[in-house]
Amino acid sequence: MPARLRLRAVHSRCSAALMALAILLAGCATVPPDAGHNPRDPFERVNRHIDAFNDGFDRYFMKPVAKGYVYAVPPGIRLCISSGFSNLGEVRNAVNDLLQFKPLGAATDTGRLVVNSTMGVAGCFDIATRMGLEQRNQDFGLTLAHWGAGTGPYIVIPFLGPSDVRDAIGKVPDSYLSPIAYVSPVKDRYILYGVSFIDLRALLLDATSLVDQAALDRYQFVRDAYFQRRLSQQYEGNPPPPAEDDDSGESGPGGGAPKGPPGQPTPPDKR
Amino acid sequence: MATVGTIHRTVRACAGRSLVCLLFLSALACSAGSAVAAMLPADTAPDALVQTVSSQVLDDIRGDKALRSGDIEKLQKLIDDKVAPYVDFERMTRLAVGKGWRTATAEQRDALMREFRTLLVRTYSGALSHVTDHQVKMRPFHAQPADTDVTVHTQVAPSAGDPIQLDYRLEKTDAGWKIYDLNILGISLVENFKNSFASQINQGGVDGLIKSLTDRNRQLAASNGKG
Repeated sequence: MPARLRLRAVHSRCSAALMALAILLAGCATVPPDAGHNPRDPFERVNRHIDAFNDGFDRYFMKPVAKGYVYAVPPGIRLCISSGFSNLGEVRNAVNDLLQFKPLGAATDTGRLVVNSTMGVAGCFDIATRMGLEQRNQDFGLTLAHWGAGTGPYIVIPFLGPSDVRDAIGKVPDSYLSPIAYVSPVKDRYILYGVSFIDLRALLLDATSLVDQAALDRYQFVRDAYFQRRLSQQYEGNPPPPAEDDDSGESGPGGGAPKGPPGQPTPPDKR
Repeated sequence: MATVGTIHRTVRACAGRSLVCLLFLSALACSAGSAVAAMLPADTAPDALVQTVSSQVLDDIRGDKALRSGDIEKLQKLIDDKVAPYVDFERMTRLAVGKGWRTATAEQRDALMREFRTLLVRTYSGALSHVTDHQVKMRPFHAQPADTDVTVHTQVAPSAGDPIQLDYRLEKTDAGWKIYDLNILGISLVENFKNSFASQINQGGVDGLIKSLTDRNRQLAASNGKG
């Protein structure tokens, strides 16, 4: 019925406009008075505004889409899609492991790619983990870190979220290492990027709702978590323990906590 | 009823670590009834403790329909009964509050501990209802027998997505090993809250921090069960 279709068109245009307005309004963040004093976050004022924009985009677009994806797509297929994208990332892992002179890691990544692409049917099934080849996570930002680059200031990238200067720079070479970048026509490439984005958001739904509840200041929580996470990834799960600033009189512990040697490959059977 | 709270207060009172105190504590634990009847002996190794507690909690959640569907009240009770006895909330709060702890009065310290504990239990009980299909795997545990501060590495494997590294930092006390920090994907709970609390204290002092925590807890209680 033409009238109903017309109504639907108007309705969808209205919702798009409302959404855009909501995102714009959400871009006005409340910035605390001591913003910018943290040495790791000199751009705090700007970052908070971009973060508020991202939050609006997430709340009114990404999250509903991701929830719809979770609702509409059966878990088995979602797992297949996740594993498939993860498998494509093994190229990036392998190249960066080589750049960090971690041949064992690179061999693991290559092994995972080969096994999961063939026996695992284009990455749908993760056979490699069951064979003892554990999932690694390497990117160019970590390669730069390995060779001594500091993180640089915290920056929030529009749409993509938290990062720091080093990792943001690292995203550029990594984009050439993703097989998706070579898919043509361009339209299909962007569809694949879109699906991978939604897949990632769906995987993070539980984590983000936890952060929303637990954090007194979400921006700060995410910022600190980001730096901690990157440090942990740089040392492959065994970062040096933080200098414990235990000012309540008790001497801080630190002995006994197992500390892996930095910069060396961790064999899959030991961690 | 000798509740977990009573035991917790008694553990704090045992600062002198006298033998009498320990005997009283164990008697109290024995008389506490079903709430802590299954409490592990004080000489349990830290990795065994983490494994037993995590598998017990996950089994309980899987076996109970109300818990599986996310009944927050029941989940909180589960954590209070099964997990809280092995957590050193005082140390956790003290580390997270940092410098402010020294200048805080006894009432402020109590308030901080109470609110922080409520916040943690409430938020993580919500998270627990999502992990019923996750497998918990213990990673190799390296520690010297004489260590009093260890890290137990575990891995939680969800049905979709990469496995999540979950580490526990435990400290040896006279009442056995106690968890004082949780580390998810390299992100330490204590470290993260430390920065957050420091900022709150900068803005409004220790009282400002207590108020923020209380407000947040009230907010969460009001929206109980709603995502």
